[in-house]
Amino acid sequence: MKKIGKTFKIGGDVVIRDVYTIAGPKEAEGPLKDKFDMVIDDDLWGEDSWEKCELKLQKTAAENLKNRNNLLNSNIDLLISGDLLNQITSSTYAARDLELPYIGVYGACSTMTLTMGLGAMIIDGGFAENVICVTSSHFCSAERQFRLPLEMGGQRHASAQWTVTGSAAVWLSNSGQGPKIKHVTFGKIVDLGVKDANNMGAAMAPAAYSSLNQHLKDTAIDYDLIVTGDLGTVGKAIVNKMFNEDNNSIESKYDDCGTIIYDIEKQDVHAGGSGCGCSATVFGSFLYKKLLNNEIKNLLFTATGALHSTTASLQGESIPGIAHCLGIEM
Amino acid sequence: MKYNKDNYQKLVDEFTPKNKMLRNCIMAFIIGGAICVVGEIINDSFVAWLGISDDEASPMTSVVLVGLSALLTGLGWYDKLGKIGGAGTVVPITGFANSVVSPALEHKREGFILGTAANIFKLAGPVLVFGYLASFIAGLLSMAFK
Repeated sequence: MKKIGKTFKIGGDVVIRDVYTIAGPKEAEGPLKDKFDMVIDDDLWGEDSWEKCELKLQKTAAENLKNRNNLLNSNIDLLISGDLLNQITSSTYAARDLELPYIGVYGACSTMTLTMGLGAMIIDGGFAENVICVTSSHFCSAERQFRLPLEMGGQRHASAQWTVTGSAAVWLSNSGQGPKIKHVTFGKIVDLGVKDANNMGAAMAPAAYSSLNQHLKDTAIDYDLIVTGDLGTVGKAIVNKMFNEDNNSIESKYDDCGTIIYDIEKQDVHAGGSGCGCSATVFGSFLYKKLLNNEIKNLLFTATGALHSTTASLQGESIPGIAHCLGIEM
Repeated sequence: MKYNKDNYQKLVDEFTPKNKMLRNCIMAFIIGGAICVVGEIINDSFVAWLGISDDEASPMTSVVLVGLSALLTGLGWYDKLGKIGGAGTVVPITGFANSVVSPALEHKREGFILGTAANIFKLAGPVLVFGYLASFIAGLLSMAFK
């Protein structure tokens, strides 16, 4: 059994060979501005709809990742991708042009670690040598699907988060040099009854706590850095409080991508960033490079997702949260 | 985990920032009031300069305000005003126009009939439904007590 508790142990080599990131204009004004591989100037990027722009983000990220590494489709066994839109529109339509065997997954904002976790297990199981994992989100397409029209005048709640426009493509391989995925913990859905779609961080925080706790208990690894996907300021504070109450503080080495990607004071993003692209672009542009540069030896990367649907929310359902952990070591 | 559905909301409330109510109220008063002042100026101008009667000037003012709001929505300025003014930009008739034009713009890429036309009252629909309902009830009451 390659399993300890609820955590899958990756016995062989699953190397994160390269990550290609593309970010939107607002993200490019944030603290990570010089770190993205590519930045787009406007929300449409020459397309005639936001949805088409988002699929172009995914397609371009995957193609540029391939080109940078001289990867040919004949070398790639599998494409695993997902996004926020209904029927995972961006992923499917990007996959149509990428012409690779394709698994589409929905994990809301937890998609980056969900796809990478699945890819790692498939490689470790000997079914593939090279897998590409892609995800994306787009502020305008997400707002439109989950909230209100963009031009509608109104105020955002102080706890609301800002969906990141961006995409990342990750190349996982069974050979080569780079940070390796060593452990994968897929989270269970945790729902403590939060119904406020303007407070996603609070809705997802219990799931993040649950998965992190499970992973740390199973592996007993002392990570240099623990990073969650998009809990924002509210969710991050709740996770810290939960661990503190267990007398197991992680505060000194814990951060959240939603608070890393934007300058929260200056950029008027309220509680921080969110969306699949949030954890994906922060991982690719910032965390992955910390590992490569040996600034940290290991990283517990945990993307978090709110798996609600607008229909279920209107029918009075609360927001089911999820978090998937990847233990990555250099 | 010591938290469950009964006690978690208390923890959430502890960390959830509050909206700035007082500031929002003051800004709503100023921006909403300013929109009404603009309406008054238009109304009085119709009466004073164009010699239009008070009764006719009022609906004409509404038409102008709706047109202005639609224009500002199209230019992407009304949502910026709404961000500052909050309810002050929602309550006046300009807010209603904004709630009609914004989904119309957003859905134009799905075609004129199934996109724009089908979604144009997505936000304003409930306002219309309850407006009609209220006028129906008022009509019944006025018939009963005539």
